[in-house]
Amino acid sequence: MTTKFTTPQSVIIGADQLDRLIKALSGLGYQVIGPKLEDDAVQLLPLTGADELPLGVVEEQAPGTYRLKPAKTPAYFDFTHGAHTWKQYLFPPKEKLWSASKTPKGLVIDDSMDTPKYAFIGVRACELAALGVQDQVFVDGEFASTPYKERRERVFIVALNCRRSGGTCFCVSQNTGPNVKDGYDLALTEITDKAGHRFVVEVGSSRGEEFLAKLETSQANDTDLKVAKKAVKKAAKSQDRTMPANTADILLRNQESTHWQDVAKRCLDCGNCTFVCPTCFCSTTTDETNLDGDTASRWRQWDSCFTLDFSYIHGGSIRRDGAERYRQWISHKLTHWHDQFGVSGCVGCGRCITWCPVGIDITEEVKALAKGK
Amino acid sequence: MKKPKLAVWKFSSCDGCQLSLLDCEDELLTVADKVDFAYFLEATRAKLKGPYDISLVEGSVTTPEEVERIQKVRKQSKVLITIGACATAGGIQSLKNFANVDDFINTVYAHPEFIDTLETSTPIAEHVKVDLELRGCPIDKRQLLETLGALLVGRKPNLPNHSQCMECKMSGTVCVMVAKGQPCLGPICHAGCGNICPSIDRGCYGCFGPKELPNVPALTEKLSDLGMTKKQRHDVLRTFNAAAFAKVENGHG
Repeated sequence: MTTKFTTPQSVIIGADQLDRLIKALSGLGYQVIGPKLEDDAVQLLPLTGADELPLGVVEEQAPGTYRLKPAKTPAYFDFTHGAHTWKQYLFPPKEKLWSASKTPKGLVIDDSMDTPKYAFIGVRACELAALGVQDQVFVDGEFASTPYKERRERVFIVALNCRRSGGTCFCVSQNTGPNVKDGYDLALTEITDKAGHRFVVEVGSSRGEEFLAKLETSQANDTDLKVAKKAVKKAAKSQDRTMPANTADILLRNQESTHWQDVAKRCLDCGNCTFVCPTCFCSTTTDETNLDGDTASRWRQWDSCFTLDFSYIHGGSIRRDGAERYRQWISHKLTHWHDQFGVSGCVGCGRCITWCPVGIDITEEVKALAKGK
Repeated sequence: MKKPKLAVWKFSSCDGCQLSLLDCEDELLTVADKVDFAYFLEATRAKLKGPYDISLVEGSVTTPEEVERIQKVRKQSKVLITIGACATAGGIQSLKNFANVDDFINTVYAHPEFIDTLETSTPIAEHVKVDLELRGCPIDKRQLLETLGALLVGRKPNLPNHSQCMECKMSGTVCVMVAKGQPCLGPICHAGCGNICPSIDRGCYGCFGPKELPNVPALTEKLSDLGMTKKQRHDVLRTFNAAAFAKVENGHG
């Protein structure tokens, strides 16, 4: 949500400035959300200071597994994305749309919105791309959401260039990362070398530029910039998972493939992939009433194309077969999304691969379909 | 408007699900204000004659007497809701469906001749038409209140049929299977409990029973990868919803 402005020169902040950054954002009324270690995973939770950030932790990710381990280098951000996505803050799992109460004065409608002012710390390039995709749905689309829009406009984004890739990352092949391009207020690249633990800070908005004055900064020299660039390049190079370039066509050509049945044998239809996907935006609407029957409320909550209710119309569910449901998900995301939004619905974060309990790998399924299996 | 008459019926069960209604401490007075407890022996000795607007049925059918009694309950009930794993799936006592009942009786009871029981424990829906089912061992009190509240105003209650995983993800609970390698039945289990177990760091053990179209073989393979033996994989599906899992364990239900 940043407007065009002339990018000032990058600066350096010491690692000790992270605490100041978090506290200064809190001081400005932001609810600061960032990575925090809880329940053996990096989660995106409210932060009050840098001491809550996971220092010196990395993770191993593979299809169906996620494990933390100590890092060789005490860096703040060498883990990659964890169990959560930012969408749970901007597009919450369950949100009240409005409620109506019977009162002595008549029916009172409450359509107030919960639109906290968030600051996100450590938004990765794939995640910025995902925010861009969801913006098309909720900010610009036919079904725009006013509370989403408000939260989105207010959010202060401290992005992060990844200098390490996770085991299921494939942002390079989706052309979304690991280096952030735009859509941030500040972007950090962590450096841990003999010259000290520090961050290169790039400024992406006038709001970011203004905020930077609250931190102790120094001019970034050529070596700093080079080191930062090199680290991100290394992360890009380390990715061995790719999505075929002609994926949209592959799926279109193979809608009747027998391979869908092969996936259905393994797929649990649990819906995990859709809920961890940072772009999946489907929701359903439910009505609730209190026991007294004097208050009714309407809620919007996440929904998944893997449930029977999702395609339930008069007479029953359209997609009863697991093969049909998996095909629906992946075909929408990788093919029809292009027609609908002009981009792929996949940003290459690999969450659906890691958090699938049985480790179904979206890139492998596309490749299997390409072989005409 | 006349208050709807509510009846609570007990079949073969432990009474825990009925207790969930009494456990609605904060809401109990409101419930009592909205409905007449016409027949609820665990709460009151007062008995009102039927017909009843809402019947909550706890327990499974395990005796010849219960086979007949459930028909009478159905006849007197406008809306019949089964509550809990016993009523919806046959309960833990459906373990007898997989064994010789006489062996159990002879082992357990000092005077087996006094026991008059059926070969099987069956869910209420195998005997009469059931309008709504509340899962769980025990049921979730929020789901019970949601259902009663919905019936009072005449709307459809929100009772999802999807997986436990979706409930975990919506509440931000980290997947115990992916992040810790703990066996979990969440992917094949019905949501609704409020993801109690995964949120206190243990896998779901399936007290809500199978979800819609569960892919049990696919999960069983994963449980094997996580180190569960064949016997453990078998036993984990033979608890409160044993009979329900037995029906779906070889493929989608």
